[in-house]
Amino acid sequence: MDTPANTVAYMIAGYAVIFGVMLIYIVSLVVRHRNLRQEEQLLEELQKEEKKAGKP
Amino acid sequence: MKSQPRLLIGLDVVTVLVMAVATYMVFGYAPIERVMGAVQKVFYFHVAAGWVGMLGFLAAVVAGVAYLVSRKPVWDLVGLGAIEIGLTFMLINIITGSIWARPIWNTWWTWDPRLTTATIMELLYAAYLMLRQGIEDPERRARFGAVYAIIGFISVPLTFFSIRIYRTIHPVVIGGGDPTVSGSFSMTPAMGATFAVSLVAFSFLFASLLWHRIRLGQLGARVEQMKLKLTE
Repeated sequence: MDTPANTVAYMIAGYAVIFGVMLIYIVSLVVRHRNLRQEEQLLEELQKEEKKAGKP
Repeated sequence: MKSQPRLLIGLDVVTVLVMAVATYMVFGYAPIERVMGAVQKVFYFHVAAGWVGMLGFLAAVVAGVAYLVSRKPVWDLVGLGAIEIGLTFMLINIITGSIWARPIWNTWWTWDPRLTTATIMELLYAAYLMLRQGIEDPERRARFGAVYAIIGFISVPLTFFSIRIYRTIHPVVIGGGDPTVSGSFSMTPAMGATFAVSLVAFSFLFASLLWHRIRLGQLGARVEQMKLKLTE
């Protein structure tokens, strides 16, 4: 009986791409979220300072 | 930003579990195909990624229509998120297809109808993201995005049916096709079950990612509003 072709390396490469790209996308979501949160906090502080300074 | 809704946390947990089950089934349950060997296992997540890509583009059409009817900005965020996720998974689909093709077709790439239409579709939606960035007015940007998503969707059925309409070397695993095509195979029940679980797992993953992406868009919109208030 014929044995299947040895294509394990291609399978590993395929799944490395699948999980790698998914991981990169998830990390990009986390980083963007973190950056926006920092920006939001900074803007909140600025708004508070403006209120304290008596700006309408 | 508000803490995550319980339903989203639940969805994340279920997604991780179903993805783990699908991964186990791919490597521990599905048999090794007798001609192609281990590389055939790429099939399960390769097709599932393509499914998520097309699902994303379909969701963008629904969001586009909903935006044009209601003019609610949230639909623009849904459309943008769906296309971003669709693009990511179509990229996975194209790259893994190329990796699968190398040992089976003896080439990394060929301008076959399926590969060509998939590439055009990917570039079309990549252009959507680039063109959006060039529009500053949020309302115009959302309107443009909605119309683009609806018109751009023409490329999706064209890609899906390309292997059924044109002469192609790409195998049609579901729904028959030419069994002599290099790379085609008959699915055993174990392969079919693994494939079905993979599709379910990727559908959960899509729902979870889309929800997170919409929340990210809402946070971004809130930050933009705060910036505008401060500069007024």
